[in-house]
Amino acid sequence: MVDTGALGAAGTPFEMEIERGKVREFARAVFATDPAYLSDVEPVIPPTFLTTAFFWQHGDSDPWEKVAMDQSRGLHAEQEYVFHGPPPRAGDRLTAQSAVTEIYTKTSRGGGTLTFAVMVTEFRDASGRLVAEARQTGVETS
Amino acid sequence: MTPPAPLVVGPLTRTDLVRYQGASGDFNPIHHDEPFARAAGLPAPLALGMLQAGLMATWATGWLGAAAVRRFRVRFAAKVFPGDTLTCAGEVARRYTRDGEPRVDLELTCTTQAGVVAARAWATFVTQGATA
Repeated sequence: MVDTGALGAAGTPFEMEIERGKVREFARAVFATDPAYLSDVEPVIPPTFLTTAFFWQHGDSDPWEKVAMDQSRGLHAEQEYVFHGPPPRAGDRLTAQSAVTEIYTKTSRGGGTLTFAVMVTEFRDASGRLVAEARQTGVETS
Repeated sequence: MTPPAPLVVGPLTRTDLVRYQGASGDFNPIHHDEPFARAAGLPAPLALGMLQAGLMATWATGWLGAAAVRRFRVRFAAKVFPGDTLTCAGEVARRYTRDGEPRVDLELTCTTQAGVVAARAWATFVTQGATA
């Protein structure tokens, strides 16, 4: 059951280093053959690569746990990535921070309640410039 | 701007799901553990929505350039399972200039062999001046 008290919860900042091997592994997993990912020595990341923040974010840095979405009734509904310029590249060291920015309900076609929660993660480069944002929307059915 | 041929992937294997899980770090057992998936009422391990998202992104960046993407949004619509074959493609929805940069918005779909849209995506690319 979603805890509406999670609204506004922010995680502690965490570091995420973009690594060439990880970019290559991810690119192959999404069936990419583009040399921009596989041959460049400092490859740019694929558009959905920032999902690999899974490897860097846990515990206090992950406020999503506070949403307490029921895993058996919860689904990943939507995901968005925004890049403020060319996407990051291998060798970049990003600092990221997540916050739960929205919790709201809608009535489903069947008359049940759908509870949505949104977490936004901001990724900044070494100078503090905002380079990318990830926006994750989860939904729990009643 | 003529879109390239669709990206066709499949039939998806359990190995394809596991490879994506390892790459992404999402180790939810519903995507690889057969007994766990069946206990959840599914006929087989469920493909990851983010894999479908990644495939659409692969098609779009293969066309317009890996460094040129500025936005990628995906909405998950239907379940996908091993054995399904996915077709990813899209078309230009809008061309415009923002912050002095020519841009293009795409609308994409990831469709199963049964014609079911498993996921939809919306992407924005710059079309000039992108450093490759």
